[in-house]
Amino acid sequence: MIVSPSPHIHNNDSVRRDMLNVLIALLPAYIITLFYFGSGAVYLTALSICTCMLCEHLIQKFVFKKPSQLGNLSAIVTGALLALNLPSNLDWWIVIIGAIVAIGIGKMTFGGLGQNPFNPALVGRVFLLVSFPAQMTTWPKPSPMHFEIDYTDVETGATYLTQMKEGLVSNPDYADLFIGSIGGSMGEISAIALLIGFIYLICTKTITWHIPVSIVTTVFVFTGIVFLVAPEGHADPLIHIMTGGLLLGSVFMATDYATSPMTHKGQLIYGVGIGIITSVIRLWGAYPEGVSFAILIMNAATPLINHYVKPTRFGETVKKEGK
Amino acid sequence: MRTFKIGGVHPNDSKLSSDKSIETMPLPEKAVIPLSQHIGAPATPVVEKGAHVVVGQLIAQATGFMSSNIHSPYSGTIEKIEVAKDAWGMPCPSIFINVEGDEWDEAIDRSEKINRECKNTPEEIIKKIGDAGIVGLGGACFPTHVKLGIRPPAKAEVLIVNGVECEPYLTCDHRLMLEHGEELLIGVTLIMKAINVERAIIGIECNKMDAIEHLRELAVRYFGIEIMPLKMHYPQGGEKQLIDACIGRQVPSGALPIAVGAVVQNVATCYAVYEAVQKNKPLIERVVTVTGDEVKNPCNLRVRFGTPLQMLVDKAGGLPGEYKIIAGGPMMGRAFSNIDSPTSKRTSGVLIMPRAKAKRQPEENCIRCAKCVSACPMGLEPYLISTMTEMKMWDGVEAAHVMDCIECGCCLYTCPANRPLLDYIRMGKQTVGGIIRGRAQKK
Repeated sequence: MIVSPSPHIHNNDSVRRDMLNVLIALLPAYIITLFYFGSGAVYLTALSICTCMLCEHLIQKFVFKKPSQLGNLSAIVTGALLALNLPSNLDWWIVIIGAIVAIGIGKMTFGGLGQNPFNPALVGRVFLLVSFPAQMTTWPKPSPMHFEIDYTDVETGATYLTQMKEGLVSNPDYADLFIGSIGGSMGEISAIALLIGFIYLICTKTITWHIPVSIVTTVFVFTGIVFLVAPEGHADPLIHIMTGGLLLGSVFMATDYATSPMTHKGQLIYGVGIGIITSVIRLWGAYPEGVSFAILIMNAATPLINHYVKPTRFGETVKKEGK
Repeated sequence: MRTFKIGGVHPNDSKLSSDKSIETMPLPEKAVIPLSQHIGAPATPVVEKGAHVVVGQLIAQATGFMSSNIHSPYSGTIEKIEVAKDAWGMPCPSIFINVEGDEWDEAIDRSEKINRECKNTPEEIIKKIGDAGIVGLGGACFPTHVKLGIRPPAKAEVLIVNGVECEPYLTCDHRLMLEHGEELLIGVTLIMKAINVERAIIGIECNKMDAIEHLRELAVRYFGIEIMPLKMHYPQGGEKQLIDACIGRQVPSGALPIAVGAVVQNVATCYAVYEAVQKNKPLIERVVTVTGDEVKNPCNLRVRFGTPLQMLVDKAGGLPGEYKIIAGGPMMGRAFSNIDSPTSKRTSGVLIMPRAKAKRQPEENCIRCAKCVSACPMGLEPYLISTMTEMKMWDGVEAAHVMDCIECGCCLYTCPANRPLLDYIRMGKQTVGGIIRGRAQKK
């Protein structure tokens, strides 16, 4: 006779399955990236993922002396997300440094999966952004069906956000923004691809709508008010949502399990916080883009949110009505 | 369609035996009747070794206020009265009976006729329920006469009848509603009279549409009984969840359902009340679902208490190989450790799970995905309570409302890292419960 405590069934969800769902949700973004940036994107992604896996494996084996955790796919997710946050013409050694920082410092220092206070991929990206500002902010212009690794003869340019920061507000083509025919990091160019990923994650119940929707709504409202008050010199809220890393950040980075709050109420507060910080940095800060910083700042606030924002307890609302 | 508001999960309902009519189980040759088949003190035996008993005769009397009578389900001779291992390996005083023939107490009306008229006063109904040894047959086995003895100023407004059967696999309540609908409604009317309410709601999940329609047709003739279809949602059969689903009121933390004017009874209990009051038949048998994915013949059996588990398993097609056998459903049922143990008032189902499915997946790090928090129907934080229990931070565990946990298992069911959340929470609940009792004694 086998004896164990209840419950005796499980919904067959696993860490591996959730991570796999995130990877599947990233596929549309990768297809667009491949189309516009060609094999350079593949090369860079492979490099990032392999470095992350190797780094995690070595630390797990020689420092923690525990069995390898590569099977749960979380290192691959970190590697894939880091690559999507980089320009596709980045030097190979910079990518390796970024991946080592992401896994080594961002994740394993704290004890591995689930223990890290900050999103590892963003730790890697921000480290690179601060250390190699020039390389990290020149993006190749997208050229469809470009299949050469060599970018030396490719035109590079600034993104809309950089232009906005410099006070040049041009009227972009919304269709380009939507499909992804704009300059930028590999994963952030196409709004439609990220939206498909978002819908997939919601349908598979990998994430809930609270964080992405609250971030995007906050940015829309905040930049919308500024645009209404002073239309000159400011971009309209739709441009803010579809450019830069906002969609990539809100769907894939801010929703990272370990670093986001545990309750739906907390997640809304966290999302609104990210939205406000992003808008403030974009409108008045020194950097053209603020999503990464905003997410990391709110990651730091997550334990505080978890401490003060508790779920609605059963019976709580009734008591209040009675009083 | 209505349901409760916070949390919950949607396991596959796997009702394999929902179209199998209730069969009567043959009598065993020897039977063991445990004296603790209810919450509270074990009953005190009132028969001697060697005495002859008939079906329905009182063999053990309630010990004090919170206890319940036990009647002999068989006719025969008392072989001995001693401690035996119960279904979970715990020692329990039991009465051993050598079954001889099937001779019934003459006061019991064994005719098929449905007895609709009731001349008893509310006090008489509650007394009869207590005498008949009826306990809540939903699984908790709380003595029914204690639950119905409401003391002023508390006042019941509505009787809620639990026909939800939200546990996967179990179908005994479903079959009872289909085959004994009329008797059940009379039982509901009797309880309504006993607690002096004019409204009763029978909540049934919508995977039992046939039962809903059947009872709706019958309920036309009974004043004040409403049949309420509910969305499929585990753990809707939990008392607090069912009240929330049916009348939209939430029982506050630490309070009983009567605090919001509700009394909850299971459909099987209502049927037992009908038999006790109208037919003078004490609680000596119940319907048990014997089921499982690899079981040859999943079935619903009318089983007298004391029938060995092995007989039920054989009836359903036997056990090929090593299995986990669960008393009740897969979400809240307890695994049997002893296949020779008898069935009791607690056994609502016997679920047989093959070894491959019985094993839990290896445990991983908590990834803080918050799925347990979303799934908890009481609005607790299972990840936090289990971690604090692991670290023995009892003050924190208590402050996190561990005592509100209903042990429904949603957190563990939903955890992608397969963490033993509920195991730790149970441990925390026990320890904190002890601390609270200790504090109360000091005062």
